Amino acid sequence: MVTDLLYYLVFPGFLFITIAGGLFSWADRKITAMLQFRKGPPLLQPFYDFFKLLLVKETILPARGSRLIFLFAPVLGLIGAALSGVLILLPAFGLKSGFSGDIIVIFYMLTIPSLTYIIGALASGNPLASVGASREMKLIISYELTFLLVIAAIILKAHMSIRLGDIIADQQDQGAFAGSISGVLLFVVFLFCIQAKLGFVPFDMPEAETEITHGCFIEYSGSAYSLVKLTKYMMLFVLPAFICTVLLGGFRSDGIHLLWTILKLVGVLLLITLIRNTNPRLRIDQAMRFFLIWMNLLVIVSIILVYFDL
Amino acid sequence: MGFKEYCFKKSLWIFHFGGASCNNCDIEILDCLTPRYDIERFGMLLVGSIRHADVLLVNGSINKKDKSRLLEIYKQAPKPIIVVAIGACGCTGGIFAEGNTFAGPVDKIIPVDAYIPGCPPKPEAIIAGIVKILNK
Repeated sequence: MVTDLLYYLVFPGFLFITIAGGLFSWADRKITAMLQFRKGPPLLQPFYDFFKLLLVKETILPARGSRLIFLFAPVLGLIGAALSGVLILLPAFGLKSGFSGDIIVIFYMLTIPSLTYIIGALASGNPLASVGASREMKLIISYELTFLLVIAAIILKAHMSIRLGDIIADQQDQGAFAGSISGVLLFVVFLFCIQAKLGFVPFDMPEAETEITHGCFIEYSGSAYSLVKLTKYMMLFVLPAFICTVLLGGFRSDGIHLLWTILKLVGVLLLITLIRNTNPRLRIDQAMRFFLIWMNLLVIVSIILVYFDL
Repeated sequence: MGFKEYCFKKSLWIFHFGGASCNNCDIEILDCLTPRYDIERFGMLLVGSIRHADVLLVNGSINKKDKSRLLEIYKQAPKPIIVVAIGACGCTGGIFAEGNTFAGPVDKIIPVDAYIPGCPPKPEAIIAGIVKILNK
């Protein structure tokens, strides 16, 4: 019981994901700065931002709109991000092997933060926030099918096992899934899904700063916004961890393997940041077409390749 | 210096309000974000929504139409907020001070914490002004 609680709150749980996510967020900003020939923020910048919002700033509630839902949505998003992180990291570090069907649960848990952004934005009663929420909704509709197909392909590749522990064990027996042609295709599609889930640049239309001034989060301030920020930090760590778990062979924390684990995570982060910094923002209809036609086509091709054991 | 104050000083998010400006000050403010000056080194970010802001930069002469908007923006900002008046027009009214649409320099409308004069002020001057208010 106590070890379970420690799992959920301290080691692969809430605290660890928060700290790792903060460092990832710093790395993301630092890489962005380096690509633009700037110096970039100091190492603890995400934590300064978080504590400033949490402790110093005033929280303003919208006059017209549902205040309770407005405040409750970020908490729910935080819980979703933390739970999906725990469910991914417990099997990934080999602490527990998970339960049957946990990959499906993780899939739904990863959707919760995006849903709470929509709920919070609509509860704020701001017209720009509702524009952002409607775009986020369309984005979810477009990438979620692709994401589900990717997970279906991974399940098929792991000989129909829907347990994250078994999927990792399968990869440690016969090499990572990303080592085959179908695996490479799945990796590419998964990377774009991560980009859309995080709201990074080719797909940042729900929170376009220059266009609808942070969209979904326009009315959030103070401690409520700090929880939103924390959710974003966590998702920035959880999603690369998920792709490393299901396609790149999981984590190992003994000896030299720890270095490989960190390199895998940072490599995925580097790819995400590079895509983010070298692309313009798409319109929402372009994003929908991109996912519904091209990415789905790529996944279906890779599912066919999986059938032929490629 | 307490932990709260330290965090606040390390992460100032900036919101930019341009009054009836000639755009020279706006360009100098944007210069602060370029690789040469890079204020993200100090944790400063330019944000799009006043709800996230810690610093309100006001430049340009404030005329009668801008006055109500500036007041509205100031009321919507989460406190504590630092208000900085930039440029000759923001500080005193500059060459517009006697115009018939002019509605007073910024400090007649909202409380101002720092003045950065110049027409336009150099990016170094803007950064120095922010640093001075941080060390106050």
